[in-house]
Amino acid sequence: MDIRLLDAEPTAEERSAVDDVLGAPGSSWDGGDRGSARDSHTAEFGGRATRERRHLLLPAFQALQARVGFITEGGLDYVCARLGVPPAEAWGVATFYAMLATSPRPRRMVHVCDDIACRAKGAAGLCASLEREAGAPISHEPAGHHVALDREKAAWMHSPCLGLCDVAPAALVVEAGAKTVERSIGHATKDGVLSLLGGKAPGPDGASTPHIGRSPLIVGGGLLERVGKVDPASLAAYRAAGGYAALAKAVDMGAEGVIREVTASNLVGRGGAAFPTGRKWEAVRTQPAQPHYLVCNADESEPGTFKDRVLLTEDPFAIVEAMTIGAFATGAEKGFLYIRADYPLAYERMQGAIVQARAAGLLGENILGRGLRFDIEIRRGAGAYICGEETALFESIEGKRGEPRNKPPFPVSYGLFGKPTTMNNVETFANIPAIVLDGGAAFAKVGTAQSTGTRLFCLSGTVRKPGVYEVPFGTKLSALIGMAGGVPEGRTLKAVLLGGAAGGFVRADELDITLTHEDTRATGTTLGSGVVMLFDETADLRDAVLRIAAFFRDESCGQCVPCRVGTVRQEEALHRIASGKMRGGVKGELALLDELGDAMKDGSICGLGQTAYSAVESAIKRLGLYSDAGSATA
Amino acid sequence: MTTPFVQIRRPDREPKKMVELQVDGIAVSVPEGTTILGAARTIGIDIPTLCYLETLRPVNVCRVCMVEVEGSRVLVPSCSRAAEPGMIVRTGNDRVKHTRKMVLELLASSVDLSTTPGMAALLDEYECDPERYGPPAPPAAAGVRDAAVCGHHTPPNPDFAATLAQPPIVDNDLYVRDYAKCVLCYKCVEACGVDHQNTFAIAVAGRGFDARISTELAVTLPDSACVYCGNCIAVCPTGALMAKREFDMRGDGSWHEEKQTSADTICPYCGVGCTLTLHVQDNEIVKATSPLDNGITMGNLCIKGRFGWRFVQRKPEAGSQEAGTGAL
Repeated sequence: MDIRLLDAEPTAEERSAVDDVLGAPGSSWDGGDRGSARDSHTAEFGGRATRERRHLLLPAFQALQARVGFITEGGLDYVCARLGVPPAEAWGVATFYAMLATSPRPRRMVHVCDDIACRAKGAAGLCASLEREAGAPISHEPAGHHVALDREKAAWMHSPCLGLCDVAPAALVVEAGAKTVERSIGHATKDGVLSLLGGKAPGPDGASTPHIGRSPLIVGGGLLERVGKVDPASLAAYRAAGGYAALAKAVDMGAEGVIREVTASNLVGRGGAAFPTGRKWEAVRTQPAQPHYLVCNADESEPGTFKDRVLLTEDPFAIVEAMTIGAFATGAEKGFLYIRADYPLAYERMQGAIVQARAAGLLGENILGRGLRFDIEIRRGAGAYICGEETALFESIEGKRGEPRNKPPFPVSYGLFGKPTTMNNVETFANIPAIVLDGGAAFAKVGTAQSTGTRLFCLSGTVRKPGVYEVPFGTKLSALIGMAGGVPEGRTLKAVLLGGAAGGFVRADELDITLTHEDTRATGTTLGSGVVMLFDETADLRDAVLRIAAFFRDESCGQCVPCRVGTVRQEEALHRIASGKMRGGVKGELALLDELGDAMKDGSICGLGQTAYSAVESAIKRLGLYSDAGSATA
Repeated sequence: MTTPFVQIRRPDREPKKMVELQVDGIAVSVPEGTTILGAARTIGIDIPTLCYLETLRPVNVCRVCMVEVEGSRVLVPSCSRAAEPGMIVRTGNDRVKHTRKMVLELLASSVDLSTTPGMAALLDEYECDPERYGPPAPPAAAGVRDAAVCGHHTPPNPDFAATLAQPPIVDNDLYVRDYAKCVLCYKCVEACGVDHQNTFAIAVAGRGFDARISTELAVTLPDSACVYCGNCIAVCPTGALMAKREFDMRGDGSWHEEKQTSADTICPYCGVGCTLTLHVQDNEIVKATSPLDNGITMGNLCIKGRFGWRFVQRKPEAGSQEAGTGAL
């Protein structure tokens, strides 16, 4: 492909950052020095060989971001030359991801979460005091500011949910350089953030000691069995705790045997859509097109969700083993783990687990000496909630903008790189080893007839003991909240956000809901990604609704009209109510929101647009949050 | 050793399997692979479209052509969804009409649709009321929307409805990019990219409501990879991309489409033989296009065919050397 570049030179630093990912260039045709011995071999560059490396675009950008702190003109040009990607297209990709900066930024950035769970724990106040003492967040600086930007100074910016709701309010510090520093910060304070902005080295990762709770009803293992007990950095420890027995047994059972048990277990996806896993695996296994891919969706970005973070961080080998079993069952030899950008510790642990498994012959060629071939590559997200949508995730791995595809065709036949692909959520995979070991029937005994097994819930907000809780399906919402201690002493529960921003609110008098797929469906709620966020009277619910509306407006990919413009109009209507500038009174605004909601639900390409009105609708109809609204304040 | 004879495979002429479905209660039979839109059109049911074009791969992003398919949880885009045996399709019930109305209304409330052919009638038909979202926000200054950074939230102003209003970009002599009129249908990107031209001068940048068509780093067209074929103008459904000549004439009020006639000819520049449609107003060529259904061009031209016709009507200035010799 004949592409026109910007003619901007990369610095030595930028060049080496990109070469670390892509290898050294072969000739001047792909960005190397002119006059190299291979220059006349033009056929070596371009064509299919180059196009097939397109999926390295995002990793190359991430390398630039990590080394330099933003995508420079020279860096962009060099990446385009190396991968044969037209600069306009590469620019489209770079500007799609919030964690990639396309204008100069200081090397150290502190991302301060101001999403719903952190807001319930005072994030808005934290941001306000930061603004007073450390200046405006970088996003709100006028454009001209960047010219005089001090690259060596630190700056802060707002962030959507960082998946650290159990240690809210949360922040993330990222420092670009030869040795990149990335650290999650729990229980962020004004002084803590100020000292980071002042150059203090960050302490240990704030995601390292999660609080977990397990229902006494869980007999046998459960998903959190090893968490906090088995060293997550040691393969030997994992094996000593019974790890990798499932993989050996799976190979004995054969692919069809594994799928038979998974189907018998009645396991359904834990990412939010609750699709039967056995059916998905069988559909991929029987696809004639080759190769098959397997993807673990670890892009957990639903506000209020952090269960997958705990599994990835505390039990990484289980995910590697489960993915290997899944690959064996569905006939895949290559797997991807797509993990969100804001989980540095989880990334580190998963990376470590994969390296150790590979060294021990548990990944790669001839696994367990049984002729099985499979390997896992980790891909990191770059700050886009939409990439948790399965087809958007494929696009992102392929090096494109994370724009969801229209379905059908479904991923089982047309997934990653257009090939049959199995994609499952982290928690779904975590269930697999037990199903293989104990059999599907034993698994299905736990829970209810239609919702089998246990489920992880993320308790956050104004709850006494925030954390990840594992309970069997069929547990009452009130019992789950009880396990976490309810709201703090002397406070009253006002509402619970169930299922995340794409889920909905329920009232404090509705805690009798049974946590199963069938009961939540019947009551018009959803388990979604397992979010149970509590709001007591100190939390501003209308403010939370505004934040959810802002979230969807910011995270819409912009492809389809109902979502792109609808989420903007939804947020505007809520702001008109909040400021008392209603058009047609509150009634008129609520009717408008309903009309918008219907169109987004029916007309959007993917689940983001289809659920953008869910939480807002529940706040209006279930909580009656605006029924007495005539006044500007809640 | 002799080179083996390789027979060039002719396109598959085997009759395709037929698919039977029902559209608005009428049984339709279409060849396998036909879209719902195609099936509906064979029986005279017209479904409005915006981002769809016969010569481009459907991207199904505008969501104007949504229809209801029995058994589907949400509506489906008729422009890209293939007809399946036994499908029961409804193209105009209340649910479909509501989504279509909202999509058109949302577009009309945020984008300048004044030069979109047929749009006024469509907005009337669906009783759209774009004003109900509030008065349109004042236009953004030049370059502001191009600099929008995703993930950086600016709270809405409750007094206004956000729009794409911004000054048109006039950075070359051949065409104008007026992104206040852009509905983000992706057609120009497809035409500039793999569907037609393979130049890749423009792509979608940014995210959400801030998504926009852009060159790399929003550089001007002369600094970009653009080759001025104008094939993006040919596919633009709203006039956001417009030949400079038309833009100027519209600006000074001298553009009168109703007075224009058109004539087909063959482009004189090279041996390809592209069909040119010359649009003439007051005996002057004001625009050149090529028919979409032309087997050679599929509506595409190059810079010469699309813009290189001014010499035809160049009048020698009185007293110039050319006037003296009578040369063009």
